[in-house]
Amino acid sequence: MTAATTTGLVAYEDAVRRYDPVLGIEVHVELGTLTKMFCAAEVAYGGEPNTQVTPVSLGLPGALPVVNGKAVEYAIRIGLALNCSIAESCRFARKNYFYPDVPKNFQTSQYDEPIAFDGWIDIELDDGEVFRVEIERAHMEEDAGKNTHVGGATGRIQGAEYSLVDYNRAGIPLVEIVTRPIEGAGERAPEVARAYVQTLRDIFRTLDVSEAKMERGNVRADVNLSLRPTPESPLGTRTETKNVNSFRSIERAVRYEVSRQAGVLDAGLTVIQETRHFHEEDGTTSSGRVKSDAEDYRYFPEPDLVPVAPSREWVEEIRATLPEMPVARRRRLQTEWGYADAEMRDVVNAGAMDLIEATVAAGTSAAGARKWWMGELARRANQDEVALEALAVTPEQIAQLQGLVDSGRLNDKLARQVLDGVLAGEGDPEAVVAARGLEIVSDDGPLLAAIDEALAAQPDIVEKVRGGNQGPIGAIIGAVMKATKGQADAKRVRELVLDRIGS
Amino acid sequence: MTQDITRLSASDLASALRNKDVTSVEATQAHLDRIAAVDGDLHAFLHVSSEEALATAAEVDAQRAAGAELHLLAGVPIAVKDVVVTKGLPTTAGSKILEGWIPPYDATLVERIKAAGLPILGKTNMDEFAMGSSTEHSAYGNTKNPWDLDRIPGGSGGGSAAAVAGFEAPLAIGTDTGGSIRQPGAVTGTVGVKPTYGGVSRYGLIAMASSLDQAGPVTRSVLDAALLHELIGGHDPHDSTSIDEPVPGVVAAAQQGAQGDLKGVRVGVVKELSGEGYQAGVSARFDESLDQLRALGAEIVEVSCPSFGYALDAYYLIMPAEASSNLAKFDGMRFGLRVEPAEGPVTAERVMGATRGAGFGDEVKRRVILGTYALSAGYYDAYYGSAQKVRTLIQRDFAAAFEQADVLVSPTAPTTAFKFGEKLDDPLAMYLNDIATIPANLAGVPGMSLPNGLSDDGLPVGFQILAPAKADDRLYRVGAALEAALESRWGGPLLNQAPELKTTELAR
Repeated sequence: MTAATTTGLVAYEDAVRRYDPVLGIEVHVELGTLTKMFCAAEVAYGGEPNTQVTPVSLGLPGALPVVNGKAVEYAIRIGLALNCSIAESCRFARKNYFYPDVPKNFQTSQYDEPIAFDGWIDIELDDGEVFRVEIERAHMEEDAGKNTHVGGATGRIQGAEYSLVDYNRAGIPLVEIVTRPIEGAGERAPEVARAYVQTLRDIFRTLDVSEAKMERGNVRADVNLSLRPTPESPLGTRTETKNVNSFRSIERAVRYEVSRQAGVLDAGLTVIQETRHFHEEDGTTSSGRVKSDAEDYRYFPEPDLVPVAPSREWVEEIRATLPEMPVARRRRLQTEWGYADAEMRDVVNAGAMDLIEATVAAGTSAAGARKWWMGELARRANQDEVALEALAVTPEQIAQLQGLVDSGRLNDKLARQVLDGVLAGEGDPEAVVAARGLEIVSDDGPLLAAIDEALAAQPDIVEKVRGGNQGPIGAIIGAVMKATKGQADAKRVRELVLDRIGS
Repeated sequence: MTQDITRLSASDLASALRNKDVTSVEATQAHLDRIAAVDGDLHAFLHVSSEEALATAAEVDAQRAAGAELHLLAGVPIAVKDVVVTKGLPTTAGSKILEGWIPPYDATLVERIKAAGLPILGKTNMDEFAMGSSTEHSAYGNTKNPWDLDRIPGGSGGGSAAAVAGFEAPLAIGTDTGGSIRQPGAVTGTVGVKPTYGGVSRYGLIAMASSLDQAGPVTRSVLDAALLHELIGGHDPHDSTSIDEPVPGVVAAAQQGAQGDLKGVRVGVVKELSGEGYQAGVSARFDESLDQLRALGAEIVEVSCPSFGYALDAYYLIMPAEASSNLAKFDGMRFGLRVEPAEGPVTAERVMGATRGAGFGDEVKRRVILGTYALSAGYYDAYYGSAQKVRTLIQRDFAAAFEQADVLVSPTAPTTAFKFGEKLDDPLAMYLNDIATIPANLAGVPGMSLPNGLSDDGLPVGFQILAPAKADDRLYRVGAALEAALESRWGGPLLNQAPELKTTELAR
């Protein structure tokens, strides 16, 4: 260990006051194709080890790769969504290195000819500020297998008795997206890093190219970070923190590296260019491989594959069918719904945007839909500790429920009781209303009977009202509502009471 | 049948099978008996699959008896070079590192052979991973040249060539990265064809150099080569570099050529592939063949391919570079040999090192080291990059030459078969054997070697024909015409002049 790794940490706020952080992020996304990048082995999560393999994905002698056309299409979709140019022709290359989880001892990747390049993406920070991240390239490659180290205390390779390799993951198509240096993030660098990966995750899902589950490793981020004294200074030496696999970890890892590197620089030392590992337990990073003498992967064009040359017509066809990107959609919906920035942010954070959109589509006003999903339903989801979308009620049912309120057939209190019924699986709101007999009583006959009863029971109040003091009328109305089990329209009851007393 | 079945050409044997003069079981057994009788000396085979071959033969016989429509070559036995993976049959590529490995799948060309009902007699010997020109680099011992047991059968496909020349098999599969089909053909008096790159699927060929490797037929006649070429050729979706077009009509071209009329055919003599370095007898036979072609009506023109002078150098950068990467998978982790280090910790890296150290022979190590170096950062442009540029120049030379000629010709190899050990310690001398064959691999064009006589030393000489990519049929037309003319002069195939092999009593 060198002295650099033992220097102290500088408080984050202090560090970013004196140093300008520059980020570079590499994101790997596993594509949700049915088969692997170069063979017909199935792509599925959680299979018995080494069952989703072919001679190709096991790297058996004689086996040859064939490019998965769907994976190319997905890579182009990603490239287009990131505003990249799509190569007219590009080749695969071999990245040579010996490791047991790489069956051929080379990874088939793209080197100097990525399928997509020169793009950008706007990300939205928590306060609504838009930050543009420039994309250097997005290229196709294959995933490695998975090593499991057995024996030993840590589950790491050091101290293990033996290791097992599962090649089910080997050959799963990946797209790696590499940013240009992300400058100007300043103290918000951790948030920018997190928001960028989050935005990519949302884009992958919107494009339907990956399940994009961070916890399954469908999306993996390597975060490069360097510090420099001022934004005008040349770039400092960077470290690459590998496989930071949750949004929170990305923020923490960046914060930690800023503090750590500031400590190194404050001590008058130089940052070592190296790979670092992030530790979830305490939010620190530790030194991995030193990269200073740039590992020699002996890249050369993959002679077993012909160049991939997507026709311009095909690229345009794909472009024409791209779905609306999340940030654009969010902006459009906010405008359509007339929500304030804070309201919209809450809606997005609560995961209610799709639900509200569907509810509005089913005929409810934007305000009405928001009232339900961010109010009563959010409360219940919170209570049950489930996601909003996991509640046993559909946007269509909420729209129907609100329709009953709007038409005066239910009041808010009754509507909540109807919701109880819907959530209990008693059917649509209409069905619950019918079954539970919860509709507002609009027929004057039964109301008048209840009113007369109430008036007779409280003659003193009748007197006061007749005397011009309408204050105590609430007591009469309350008694009527109680007698009708809340199903009376309070406004109508009031009218009838005044009418009765006045006559 | 009274005639020795093993002396028949594949096409004649196919006719005899069709006419029910002989059964496939009889034919297969005859070849198995021949193998048992002579292979103790020749050592053309690394593995003989008697049971499987006889089972296939019996099946074909039953189908034929039932009147089933069969492939033209159904029932004709074949030998397969051990670099081609065969499901259930050991496949070593001539290397210790694959000793005992039984592939779980068939190469595409093997699937086609099996589907057509050709009994597979066994796997033939070769230089380890097809690296060599003498089969002396096999980890399993030398294969002998049937013309002289003290001499090499060529390489890397010495086993396939010797098996065919020694009448152990009428047909064999070879692979040719820099001449490994054609040069053994030349030194054993057999016919060998390297098809256009992409003409035959590489799926299931244990790769040496992916951009150069090509499988093809090894036979005793041009027509037999055409029949086998048509069977194994054609598009394969499992090989991205496979040509998505029908196989050129090579059988029809061979039949046309055998009529002996080459009027209007322009034959280009490559100036750079003759003269100095070529044995006198080799040059003499070559000139006689040119006269023969002229007599058949062909127009002989001289062409120049100035970049061919750099072919060997470019080849010895590109081939090892690709080989160094292709051979990385042999690491003891998933299949084949696994050697643990004699002392110290047993880590993956150290097991890989120990396995490769023990499993690879010297020539393989030499090329892996060369290739690793050529691809290294800082050297890539100077070596691999420059070599690729030379490759482009060679392709241009071919393109220009094929403007002037329909086919190009040269001696296949500079010399006849040399003695064992003669060049083993001089890799550069060994590499020079392929000087005339390598340009075709670098350009991806097809090439054929056929016997065109005996040199002054009484050993066979090969005549090479080259054609433009995807014009493999031209090889067969010119080759069959020359073959017919030469055989009528010789009074039969050249191999009739080969010495009888000593046979040992059947002791199986």
